[in-house]
Amino acid sequence: MSQEKAVVETYHVDFAYDDALILEDVTLTVESGDFLGMVGPNGSGKTTLLRILLGLIHPLRGNVRVFGQPPERARHLVGYVPQHADLDSSFPISVVDVVLIGRLGKAPRFGRYRKTDRQAAEEAMEKVEIHDLRNRRFGALSGGQKQRVLMARALVGKPDLLLLDEPTTSIDGRVEQDIYELLKRLNEKVTIILVSHDLGFISSYVKHVACVNRRLVCNPTDEITGGVIEACYGAPVHMIKHKCEL
Amino acid sequence: MFEFLEVLRSQSFMQNAVIIGLLASLACGVMGTYVVVKRIVFISGGISHTVLGGMGMAYYFGFNPMHGAVVSALVAAVVIGLVSLHYHQHEDTIIGALWAIGMAVGILFIYKTPGYSVDLMSYLFGNILMVKRDSVYLLAFLDALIIVLVSLYYKRFLAVCFDEEYSQLQGIGVVMTYLLLLCLIALTVVILIQVVGIILVIALLTLPAATAGYYARSLIQMMILASILGAVFTTSGLIVSYGPDLPAGATIILIAGLAYLVATVSKGLASKFRGGLGKKTP
Repeated sequence: MSQEKAVVETYHVDFAYDDALILEDVTLTVESGDFLGMVGPNGSGKTTLLRILLGLIHPLRGNVRVFGQPPERARHLVGYVPQHADLDSSFPISVVDVVLIGRLGKAPRFGRYRKTDRQAAEEAMEKVEIHDLRNRRFGALSGGQKQRVLMARALVGKPDLLLLDEPTTSIDGRVEQDIYELLKRLNEKVTIILVSHDLGFISSYVKHVACVNRRLVCNPTDEITGGVIEACYGAPVHMIKHKCEL
Repeated sequence: MFEFLEVLRSQSFMQNAVIIGLLASLACGVMGTYVVVKRIVFISGGISHTVLGGMGMAYYFGFNPMHGAVVSALVAAVVIGLVSLHYHQHEDTIIGALWAIGMAVGILFIYKTPGYSVDLMSYLFGNILMVKRDSVYLLAFLDALIIVLVSLYYKRFLAVCFDEEYSQLQGIGVVMTYLLLLCLIALTVVILIQVVGIILVIALLTLPAATAGYYARSLIQMMILASILGAVFTTSGLIVSYGPDLPAGATIILIAGLAYLVATVSKGLASKFRGGLGKKTP
């Protein structure tokens, strides 16, 4: 047994919407300190797996543990960055108020946020370098800025595990690189699982790669070869140089 | 105008009407903001129309129709809220059905009530000039209740309206918070029915907030601006309608609707103009 503790463990997980099997026999272990890139074509079940890890949906069969607990009970240890495109950009809400939502579970039930909550929000905004945007309207920001706001919201609860769903869709290359650099820095303290539909930059930043296409086609600890990726996507893929630590 | 001020000074019915208009503005500014940003206009429409069923039943059994309205609005809010949460796919059809059934029940009970037949029109279209002083007290109480609960739950309502899923991950009871929000909207509906009647409630609930939404940068700003706009619309509606003896509710809505259209068009022109100058809108 390794010294590192497993942050996420799934055993033989199946998931289906109605009759369509989305995930089949997914067994995955993610250890503390890892930076796992989860890739796969659109509709391959990556986001579904992320939602299972958050306890938002439950597998048909199989077992899921996050920090050794059922996902719902580990939520306070997990930060989640959803796709910003799903949020209403006409909503009148400021950046700092979006970030503070990440403190909702810790803040008092009634009335205003506490000073400690506000301080945590300021720190989180510093960390992702959006402090100057704090009073701007969320909807008026660019895609990359929104992504950082949602990262600050995920970090404000001081999580030990960060889950990101396609953090770089609709973001241009340079901003994408900035975000990956930021994640790399965060990874010094936080375990990260990042979902992405394209390999792009991801392979040069992550420590491990898992390919999902209904099944977990390649395990994070396998060596990534063109053949394995091809098996995952079902078509040849132009691969960019990647690192895959073993 | 002078004639209106003279009546306002001397007649209690006009004083009641102005007070109710102001109370309604506060409620519709605050709760209407949630209706607009959460995009639950149809759900709110369902709640407001189902209220006729409760009013009709209360009237038939000899209770105060206002009390019937409060009870049925709350029941409708919970039922429609649960429908929208659990039957998301058929949400609009089911709410549409409840909407119609509620009204049909109300019409049947009112029709079958023996004795002097109440003016159905005043429920449907409101009659702010006929509101009695004890209704003013009830409405003031409902207003206070709404303001207190919104200030207690402000950050939770904001979170649930903006990002339901993330609020759930924060471990707060999203279902209960959402149902509470709908119940407060239901109480607002009861207040607004006094001013403009069931048919036009949805307009007063949405138009001031939607107009304010063009200019507000935060939810609280939108609420304050919408309340001020609501006060302007209701009071000016009363003034305009009094002289030529027009129905007050419809006049109020017409003013609110025109203001909304002007705001929409001017906002559209403004952004087009900026775009034409080659400036990038943020």
